[in-house]
Amino acid sequence: MKLIKAIIRPERLNDVMKALFQADVRGITVSRVQGHGGETTPVATYRGTTVMMELQEKVLLDIGVSDDFTETVVAAILRSARTDEVGDGKIFVCPVDQVHRIRTGDRDTAAVTPVS
Amino acid sequence: MRLSRESPLLLLVLPLLYAAGAPPPAAAQEAAGGAISGADTSWMLISTALVLLMTPGLAFFYGGLVNSRNALNTMMMSFVALGVSAVLWAVLGYSLAFGSSGTGFVGDFSMALLSGVGTEPNGTIPHMLFMAFQATFAIITAALISGALIGRMRFGPYVAFIALWGLLVYAPVAHWVWGGGWLGELGALDFAGGTVVHVNAGVAALVAALVLGSRHEYARTALLPHNVPFVLLGAGLLWFGWFGFNGGSALAADGIAALAFVNTLLAPAAALVVWALLDYFRSGKATAVGVATAIVVGLVAITPASGFISPANALLLGAISAVPSYAVLQWRARTRLDDSLDVFAAHGIGGVSGAILTGFFASAAVNGMADGLFYGNPNQVGIQAIAILAVAVYCGAMTFIILKAIGLVLPLRTSEKEEARGMDLLNHGEEAYASSGGAVLLLDEEMNGGSGAESSPGTPPSGSRASAYSTDAD
Repeated sequence: MKLIKAIIRPERLNDVMKALFQADVRGITVSRVQGHGGETTPVATYRGTTVMMELQEKVLLDIGVSDDFTETVVAAILRSARTDEVGDGKIFVCPVDQVHRIRTGDRDTAAVTPVS
Repeated sequence: MRLSRESPLLLLVLPLLYAAGAPPPAAAQEAAGGAISGADTSWMLISTALVLLMTPGLAFFYGGLVNSRNALNTMMMSFVALGVSAVLWAVLGYSLAFGSSGTGFVGDFSMALLSGVGTEPNGTIPHMLFMAFQATFAIITAALISGALIGRMRFGPYVAFIALWGLLVYAPVAHWVWGGGWLGELGALDFAGGTVVHVNAGVAALVAALVLGSRHEYARTALLPHNVPFVLLGAGLLWFGWFGFNGGSALAADGIAALAFVNTLLAPAAALVVWALLDYFRSGKATAVGVATAIVVGLVAITPASGFISPANALLLGAISAVPSYAVLQWRARTRLDDSLDVFAAHGIGGVSGAILTGFFASAAVNGMADGLFYGNPNQVGIQAIAILAVAVYCGAMTFIILKAIGLVLPLRTSEKEEARGMDLLNHGEEAYASSGGAVLLLDEEMNGGSGAESSPGTPPSGSRASAYSTDAD
């Protein structure tokens, strides 16, 4: 099993979700995060104070998948999250020791296979 | 058609004066020159402040309805009117609206820069107080339009738009109805601005939304309110301010003011109840955003009628007017028309319902002015319809021309990418809910060449902070 962690632009989230659902991904965790990926830094002014906003709003997706399914999911995210500008994000694929589905007690591959 | 701003005696003889080809009311008004009443003046001072508060209220109402990355820009679209529209009103707008005219179409330049607008009586209040009261109307009318333009219009062209619109559309239309122009002479009833303010703003919003086109994410991503408590707060402030809007339109602290005040309490209340029931029957739940919208629709609808109909009829008017606005709002959401915050459904349709119903419910027994269809004067409905049509056609055409003209000089819209990132940072360099994490303070010596521009991490403002920048460029 793999855990796919994808950091994407918030404004791409709807398109990425649509692509993932089309690729039959059923389980996904979404977090709002802040980060810096080398993109241009907006400058904001509040009264007399000028600041560079070095951290950008990003969205972190966590998706647990079986090994065979990894490439499909990565391809879906690459396709749907890209704007061709610096700051589009990263995808990390990590090995996973164990997966348990809490409701049924299913283990490992059975636990990341969607219930129909 | 706030004829009641003149002394009661003059009110009675005005129709006769018209018939006899007497001078237009602006001139008649100056000739009236009664004494200043302390009671009237104090109520009008309060009313003016109340109406001014409606514009910040509107900013909260609109600001809560949009997503968080457009919240500041949406609220600024209302707040900037407090500056631009008020300045232009003093410079020229007041004269165009209330200066004397030969044609009945637009006032002259005689009161430009408030020349001759002093503390002398206008009716029973100081002339400059009347000007200030009217200024607050010009401000909110311009701000109302912004609800159709959120999330995609650049700020500069927007300011240019409301500036030109205030002078070329609002001022002439106010003149037609209240400044001694042709609609007032025709007998159109508009106590506090159902046609001048709401039909006018609603039609402008509709046309502007069409000219501008929909947001790129429109019909793909739902526009969810980012702060419903703001929407309720805004609706509450609008209702509070509206007591000055309608009650103050009597231009006196008298029975008519009390009538307009009571009707301003009752009509939105009835609209709220009916709207919540419609919500309940449609979806099984009464919604908070629905209730806030209902309050605004009820307020809009009672505006033209508030000084002309009985409180019992105000309840009916409020209840009836909820239905068409509710229907148009449901229909609009399924179309390609990105009138984002439904200015047309709430103000356009609400204004039309109110103006037409005024033609049905108006009763001379209530205020000695005019009867409607239910009181034996069927012509009044036709006159109301003419006023609505005239304002809609003129406003629609002029709004189209003004926006197209500005579009020749300045691009009206932002790009799709900028829309996705939100209007707040782009137009104002601020965020409504900024997180201080990662915000690096720029000191004077570090700001090389103009703030507001984006700096690239490859070329940081000063070498001293270079290490703070990631070099992890893709």
